[in-house]
Amino acid sequence: MTRFSAWNVFWQGISGQEGWTRQWRDPEPKPHYDVVVVGGGLHGLATAYYLAKNHGVRNVAVLEKGWIGGGNAGRNTTIVRSNYTQPGNREFYEDSLKLWEELSHDLNYNVMFSQRSHITLLHSPGAVDAASRNYNTMRLTGNSDAEIWSLGQLKEAVPHLNYGADARFPIMGAAVHKRAGTARHDAVVWGYARAADQLGVDIIQNCEVTGILREGGKVTGLETSRGKISAGKLGLAVAGNTSRLWNMAGMSHLPIESHKLQAFVSEPLKPLLDQVVVFGMGGAHFYISQSDKGGMVFGGDLDWYKSYAQKGNLPIVQDVAEAAMSVLPCLGRVRLLRHWSGVVDMSMDGTHFISKTPLDNLYLNAGWNYGGFKATPAAGTYFADLIANDRPHQVIANHDLRRFERGIQLDERGAGPDPKLHG
Amino acid sequence: MIRIPCPFCGTRDHSEFAHGGDGSVTYPNLDAPMQDWHDAVFQRENICGVQVETWQHVNGCRMWILVERDTMTHEIHSVRPAHAGMAKALGAAS
Repeated sequence: MTRFSAWNVFWQGISGQEGWTRQWRDPEPKPHYDVVVVGGGLHGLATAYYLAKNHGVRNVAVLEKGWIGGGNAGRNTTIVRSNYTQPGNREFYEDSLKLWEELSHDLNYNVMFSQRSHITLLHSPGAVDAASRNYNTMRLTGNSDAEIWSLGQLKEAVPHLNYGADARFPIMGAAVHKRAGTARHDAVVWGYARAADQLGVDIIQNCEVTGILREGGKVTGLETSRGKISAGKLGLAVAGNTSRLWNMAGMSHLPIESHKLQAFVSEPLKPLLDQVVVFGMGGAHFYISQSDKGGMVFGGDLDWYKSYAQKGNLPIVQDVAEAAMSVLPCLGRVRLLRHWSGVVDMSMDGTHFISKTPLDNLYLNAGWNYGGFKATPAAGTYFADLIANDRPHQVIANHDLRRFERGIQLDERGAGPDPKLHG
Repeated sequence: MIRIPCPFCGTRDHSEFAHGGDGSVTYPNLDAPMQDWHDAVFQRENICGVQVETWQHVNGCRMWILVERDTMTHEIHSVRPAHAGMAKALGAAS
């Protein structure tokens, strides 16, 4: 495989672009792997990459029922941030952000990580107080990237928000997290796939898992649409369909419900918005950024009822359009290019699981709610560490399936045990 | 839009209703073992297919109903009042 470098781009440019090689192989599944990861999304591919890179486990397969990056990896709004306040979450997401900062170099693949600031709009004195409390918590616990902006500062940075006297939700200020930003989601998928493949990982697409094989309390392999595969260890990273794989392993019940989340992109525009802007007020929820192609990428709330269907409902399209108009009225005549929906694991406290399971050799990565994209590098790192060493790293000590039994909920919103409320 | 036949009001758009959650969950007695409460509050079967759910007709009669719905196709198989006694007192179809 050809390494990307300035010299290589130049050389290929003057020699007809014929020296590039395939980015990753398309291997037939082998009968046995030391580790099989189910799910060729961001977390599955990252896990395989870090297993090979950090732990020297190279006899690894990633199984994907469709094509890699075709699920939620290709359906998110690509926001990366680490403004969390709960112990465990803040360390985890700060680790993730630090890995994002080096990711393009690490993978030798430009993931187009753009640290353009994450600006949360504040619309009431209570919202300013709550944001100040959260951002002070961040500063006191080691994440100094947390600022509260006055209205004047905000107007200077983002001049075209709705500051009008007749605004439905007048803006009072903003909470700003400057190292946050966006990345090119497909590039992250391809970068991890290419880097993992280079270390010997087999990426097997069009391979649907149809059964999980057990010997008593131990997982031994899988039945797939491409034959039986024996596995030393098995990791599941199949957000949206976690409960279905869980059932295949002969178990039932998880602290997870599958819900669907929509996202939208407009026609490409000239540069308009240089930050990620987030609006949350009462029942409304809206987040927007501009992609490098110029499309306005935005989203809002869940569809409000449990669902496995990868299609969004129209009332949410209306809600999101209303929120867009209340924040950025200049979008009023912009045409929507596409909208889509992904099935997400909503967990009981809004925090994920990177966990051992009741079965030996079976490990679970699930429950990412709205936030799986930004977690990718840390999720891969800590899930690989869990699989390789069969014990959780201290950072993910409370990210296990049994935390509720110990009385622990990592509930950033304080919304309580109702999955649909953890937006 | 999902159309839900409310037993009290007739068929309405789902946007008039609020989705409650898994209707098969029953809470144990207050003095039940902690594990029973843990399971009732935190553990879900998360069925892909037909499941019973609670919905509330918040922008209508405000009654809670039990809806048998397919979570993949969104097809509704049956709807009944969550509190049968209340329905009987009000003379609604159950």
